[in-house]
Amino acid sequence: MLNKFDIQIRDEQDYAVIDTEGYLNDALGEALSAKAHGLIQEGRTKLVINLEKTALINSIGISILIEIIEALDEREGTLNFCGLSATQERTFRMMAIAKYAGIFPDEQAAIENL
Amino acid sequence: MSLKAKHEVLLTIPMYPDMELAAAKIASVLAELMDFNEGQIEEIQLALIETCINAFEHSQSEDQQVFIEFIMKDDELELKVTDQGVGFESDEPGASTAKRPGLLDPVMHKRGWGLEIVRTLMDEVDIESGSNGTTVSVIKRKQTA
Repeated sequence: MLNKFDIQIRDEQDYAVIDTEGYLNDALGEALSAKAHGLIQEGRTKLVINLEKTALINSIGISILIEIIEALDEREGTLNFCGLSATQERTFRMMAIAKYAGIFPDEQAAIENL
Repeated sequence: MSLKAKHEVLLTIPMYPDMELAAAKIASVLAELMDFNEGQIEEIQLALIETCINAFEHSQSEDQQVFIEFIMKDDELELKVTDQGVGFESDEPGASTAKRPGLLDPVMHKRGWGLEIVRTLMDEVDIESGSNGTTVSVIKRKQTA
């Protein structure tokens, strides 16, 4: 398997941080979606997704991120991203993700703006 | 590295999951060899990934293969991605099936962004499509300091 990926969750009192590692395609995206929806079902409505260890994100992966944004929006939640490369940020902004989710240079800023 | 002549690398990949990543890794090695900067290498990789995924998802190719030419010139890297599928009639591969509006905003489509991403990241994009298949050619030029 070319794409080895990993997802770690740090569940804090008021929010959770999800760290992804590997190529964000349909496989990692679906695994990430399952984890995020699990957190949302448990009542977590403030999430940070840290993409620092995710070097490449394809459009299918981004479409799954949009579904997570939608799920949080239904519960008036907030999703912030951090750790994006310049290319990833440019792609996110082109796809209007920045309109519905925050994009921050580091995790601390992403947490502070939840 | 400055290239005195044009060099080509040819790659054929099967339409298996993650094979686009194999192509992207080769693109990364070649772009690094040509002294593209880190940001441009990522842009080339992402554009190639999206082009391959488009072929995987929409070509309906019987041989289930994608043929990739990496053409290295002095100041640019050209990628030609060819499938032997059914082709398409619109300006955009998969345009008829892929645009899926999001719940939040009809402008924020979930799918169908592939070619738009490619156009954003690369300097030139050309598409030739017919009943014998499709070739998407993209060019990235080196940034001058």
